[in-house]
Amino acid sequence: MKNPQNEFLEKEDGELETDSWKLRLYVAGQTPKSIKAFDNLKRICEEHLAGQYTIEVVDLTVNPQLAKGDQILALPTLVRKLPPPISKIIGDLSNTERVLVGLDLLPGK
Amino acid sequence: MTMLTKSPTGIKGFDEITGGGLPHGRSTLICGSAGCGKTVFGMEFLVRGALQYDEPGVFMSFEENEEDLIKNFSSLGFNLPTLIEQKNIAVDHVFIDRSEIEETGEYDLEGLFIRLGMAIDQVGARRVVLDTIESLFSGFTNEGILRSELLRLFRWLKDKVVTAVVTAEQGRETFTRHGLEEYVADCVILLDHRIQEQIPTRRLRIVKYRGSTHGADEYPFLIQANGFSLLPITSLVLDHPASSDRVPTGIDRLDTMLGGKGYYRGSSILLSGTAGCGKTSVAAHFVDSACKRGERSFFIAFEESPKQIIRNMKSIGINLEKWVKRGLLKFHPVRPTLCGLEAHLAAIHRAIEDFKPNVLAIDPISNLVAVANIVDVKGMLLRLIDFLKTNEITTLFTDLTQGGMSIEQTELGISSLMDTWICLLSLESSGERNRALFIAKSRGMQHSNQIREFMLTDKGVQLVDVYLGPNNVLTGSARTTKEAQDKAEALDRRQELERKRSEMERSRKMFHAEMAMLQARFESEQENLQKAIDKEEALEAVLKRDRNDLGTMRKADRLIVPKSEGKDEKGDFE
Repeated sequence: MKNPQNEFLEKEDGELETDSWKLRLYVAGQTPKSIKAFDNLKRICEEHLAGQYTIEVVDLTVNPQLAKGDQILALPTLVRKLPPPISKIIGDLSNTERVLVGLDLLPGK
Repeated sequence: MTMLTKSPTGIKGFDEITGGGLPHGRSTLICGSAGCGKTVFGMEFLVRGALQYDEPGVFMSFEENEEDLIKNFSSLGFNLPTLIEQKNIAVDHVFIDRSEIEETGEYDLEGLFIRLGMAIDQVGARRVVLDTIESLFSGFTNEGILRSELLRLFRWLKDKVVTAVVTAEQGRETFTRHGLEEYVADCVILLDHRIQEQIPTRRLRIVKYRGSTHGADEYPFLIQANGFSLLPITSLVLDHPASSDRVPTGIDRLDTMLGGKGYYRGSSILLSGTAGCGKTSVAAHFVDSACKRGERSFFIAFEESPKQIIRNMKSIGINLEKWVKRGLLKFHPVRPTLCGLEAHLAAIHRAIEDFKPNVLAIDPISNLVAVANIVDVKGMLLRLIDFLKTNEITTLFTDLTQGGMSIEQTELGISSLMDTWICLLSLESSGERNRALFIAKSRGMQHSNQIREFMLTDKGVQLVDVYLGPNNVLTGSARTTKEAQDKAEALDRRQELERKRSEMERSRKMFHAEMAMLQARFESEQENLQKAIDKEEALEAVLKRDRNDLGTMRKADRLIVPKSEGKDEKGDFE
């Protein structure tokens, strides 16, 4: 995780544009917490947004100047850049239900 | 063991009461209610640190954004854009919108550390301000994480050896709403904004300062055009210099009354008196004479405008205008009600620091009662006097004594703060009021105990001896009359003396004349008598001879007598 990457760009035929879901995950180094968060995010995306998302991982220990832009304080933080509105989810994303609520994937209960 | 070192804040007055500033390399908590000046304190700490002490700083704002900060502080004369550009100050606005944050699972505030760390590295910061870090509590729900992260933050700041200022909102019963004082335990400063009699006063108190002595009072402070300024109620030490230099009063006879030389340099002089007894005129003489010597004078006018004072003083032959033009005299006209006491005091401080006068006149201090109670005014004057004495500025305060009060009583009860106290009074008698002056006290010099009549002439103030009668003091026309009367009496006495002298001379002459006459008469009488005696004797001799001749003729027996008995024998014939 050295640069903002678009590793998880996956395409599926047809319906939706791959970049209709643009997610950015801020972490600080490869700590157990960041790895856990990344794994959780990947799992959730695969389950719910397969083929429609890009995940960008930003390591603030490498690019600290990027923290200011998205007003990052807590780490890890997941920012939903697209679709609007921007929303943030902090923590290791271990509570899938809350992540889905935060990503607006689960209609409010 | 190393002593606790301090980081000077550069904030006026604050470094004095803390003995040097904030604890170096540690965190200081500034708490207080909304609008009490926490942010200003923090920002000024950074700006002055960057400008005066070559210590760059980071301002991490949790409330205002960079743009607002720049705007707000430009009104205090802080040029943040330049400081940011020169990498003297870094500003980071941390914005937390709770509504767009979902929390799930474990997290920490490493992002905050990273941002702060980056900002610190960017400018090489020695100082950090976190304003107001408590906003974090409204941004995150997990208080447990927050608290442990805050604890980590303060330890981290300490490790970085930056001097930090952390601001926090005051809680209802605690210093801060979220108990930050538990984390920042080295120095806690409480700011307060109170309104008394419609005049707001800001106050600062050092609640705690680990490892250092500090003033324990509540110190009034101000936020003005040049930032924060704190005016110690009392300086921690009473050690102002005492000059034995003298400053003439501008009135010759008053100098004479004050041991012949005038006031002491750097002393405070109180000039009290009832309305219209010439206080401003004495003050004008004082500044006029200072200007004549080429000294700088400062005139704080609470009552009249400079133009009015200049015009009025012209009527008694004092031309203040030329000194103003030459830049030796500066007026500071201000209505007492314009602002609170602290603002006045700060304005005076600033003006004095700008103008650096040698002498100062304040006319009149009694008007300050209009804006505050007497205790506060007294406190303010005490601080002002301290400040003036430290700067060796000779100051004349005029004070209006209310009618009906004892002359030797000032409304403010401040005479004890003064070194010299001159009382002006009006004496009312025989249908006129006359001014008089006496010296109630003058520390450290022999001064006259006499009352002098005080006259405003077109050549300025003149002091004249009053007529001291056996029972009373006469002034004005009564004095003139009495003096004329005395003059007449003296003339009478002189004439009487003259008359007596000539009478004596006359009588002496008469005596001599008479004596001469008597002598003459005596001599002539004696002469006559002698002549008569001689005549008688001659006659006697003739008669005797005739008798003998007759006896011889009658052949009378001739007694034989010894020749020697001669004459005696003659009787025998009878």
